[in-house]
Amino acid sequence: MNLHEYQGKLLFAQYNLPVSKGKVIFDASDAEDACNEIGGSKWVVKAQVHAGGRGKSGGVELIDSVKSATRFAERWLGKRLVTYQTDKKGQLVNSILIEECTSISKELYLSAVVDRDSQKIVFIGSSEGGVNIEDVAKNSPEKIIYQGIDIENSNAKEEALSISRVLGLNDIQTKQFIPMIENLLRLFIEKDLSLLEINPLVINDNGDLHCLDAKINIDSNALFRQPELQEMYDETQEDPQEAEAAKSDLSYVSLDGNIGCMVNGAGLAMGTMDTIKFFGGNPANFLDVGGTATQQRVAKAFKIILKDKEVKVVLVNIFGGIVRCDLIAEGVVAAMKEVNINIPVVVRLEGNNADLGAQILSEANIAIHSINNLSDAANKAVELAK
Amino acid sequence: MSILVNKDTRLLVQGFTGSQGTLHSEQSIEYGTNIVGGVTPGKGGQIHLNKPVFDSVQDAVKQLEPNASIIFVPAKFCKDSILESAEAGIKLIICITEGVPTLDMLHVKKRVDALGVRLIGPNCPGVITPGEAKLGIMPGNIHKPGSIGIISRSGTLTYEAVKQTTDLGFGQSSCVGIGGDPIPGSSFIDILKLFENDDQTEAIVMVGEIGGNAEESAAEYIQNNISKPVISYIAGQTAPAGKRMGHAGAIIAGGKGTAKEKIKKLRECGVHIADNLVSIGSKVSEVLNS
Repeated sequence: MNLHEYQGKLLFAQYNLPVSKGKVIFDASDAEDACNEIGGSKWVVKAQVHAGGRGKSGGVELIDSVKSATRFAERWLGKRLVTYQTDKKGQLVNSILIEECTSISKELYLSAVVDRDSQKIVFIGSSEGGVNIEDVAKNSPEKIIYQGIDIENSNAKEEALSISRVLGLNDIQTKQFIPMIENLLRLFIEKDLSLLEINPLVINDNGDLHCLDAKINIDSNALFRQPELQEMYDETQEDPQEAEAAKSDLSYVSLDGNIGCMVNGAGLAMGTMDTIKFFGGNPANFLDVGGTATQQRVAKAFKIILKDKEVKVVLVNIFGGIVRCDLIAEGVVAAMKEVNINIPVVVRLEGNNADLGAQILSEANIAIHSINNLSDAANKAVELAK
Repeated sequence: MSILVNKDTRLLVQGFTGSQGTLHSEQSIEYGTNIVGGVTPGKGGQIHLNKPVFDSVQDAVKQLEPNASIIFVPAKFCKDSILESAEAGIKLIICITEGVPTLDMLHVKKRVDALGVRLIGPNCPGVITPGEAKLGIMPGNIHKPGSIGIISRSGTLTYEAVKQTTDLGFGQSSCVGIGGDPIPGSSFIDILKLFENDDQTEAIVMVGEIGGNAEESAAEYIQNNISKPVISYIAGQTAPAGKRMGHAGAIIAGGKGTAKEKIKKLRECGVHIADNLVSIGSKVSEVLNS
């Protein structure tokens, strides 16, 4: 689950990390008060969306009058911001973060992730910030450090010093940086983060370290023990079908093709998409209907798939393991009647009682192509989608 | 021979009396697995599926001397359940549950490694040695004792590989689902080692998917250490970048972890690639008959 920048900065502040004085607004009429409360004569206004590249797309501005803050808020609130990281529809702007202006003398990069290889929390630091870190990794890898820290390690001074050297910090900044790393580590562990990124981490005109941005991703599997973070979930930033599916505990990702897929198991769902592509078709989605594939879940899955108006045919691929194929077939038939589907459906059932399942499908008197062989089923779906 | 489990395995079930624990224990017993008992806190002293129930793994270990445990408890309790079992001296732990927090697994992995415990999963279908023992949720009837060792990050894709190798008459020595999480208890390499040393295994099928670089690491290991033919299928060639495809670990991040990269590396290291899900079995045939 992603957080907005302003939410991330609230967490940063809780962990004594240096962030700008700021205020979030949800209504343009609050812009003026927010500026006055922050004080000063220059502010930065930032549209809050779950995507990077906001500055280049007009979603971040430096302003020097409260009127401009109001105008910026009026321009963006309720609109969609398109950046190179969003799709072409863009992301809805619900809130604007207004911050005091920070003078910048140098931009750095700092992030942390769980590294699968070393099985540690790895901090990534670079003396080049404010740019795409993947580009730095490609063009000047010597400017990046990957520093692993063991999860049971609460004293990370040595590790902080290694990163500090690559960032080129002076003694005063290094003294600020050591507690910063320790606080970030504590935040990462206590809040079950899977990604934390500060791009840029800046050195201001006073020579102090300052977190200018905050990108945070939380391990969704740990949300049960993070109730205050659950509250920060912003459904408007998600694909509506994906959000709808998630509510029903279905794993769904929308794609660009026209063959809807309903599969049990994440791996097989990906494999089914690949098989469609292999035979010249284009999958419209990834959907894992889960191990049980009951009528209720299948019906819900059909509804979600069919909201995508590009879909011309649905391929159902179920490997009946513990659940018998005849029961799954009954569920599919009942779900199809319930949802009232008017495009062709190809069903491939394999596993326990597959023959009986196929028989139920063919006797159901609805438009189902029951094909036991996956190649043939995928081919049929591709042909029907043309 | 086989790897990890066989007819002498004495299995303890954690989360024995819950709905998942009950359903899969019944199926495992029917398959011939020697389930010696189970653990459900607060239900010690009861009899479930004709087997004794204990409050803790420690109590069960004293009475039953199990040498493996399987875990069906909810995700939020898995860390404690795995550690309880590991501390009680069980050396093979299989965690079926999906949704264990990643940071829990960082703690767990450190501890089980230190104790010399082999952990399989979480978020996996388990381990089966066809004809001997089924420690997991896979459908027993598609398996057949034979010569192919199967390792996979995905449950239902394992079943595809199993079905295809059964239909072609090869059968399986053992099948291991290592699970779809970013921090798995055992890696491809851990299991490849076991299959290399298993006389019954003539060829190995390795089913991978997008995300991380476990397949790349395995590829290098295979090139240097595995003498048996390895056939691999990688799922997610059409998966978009930056999206989690069901499994917690199945995500292309920062341009890394694509199926294309993995397949390229595997090929370079001499692994035979099944370029399609439906051709895993025929690729095994082709390799073994060449």
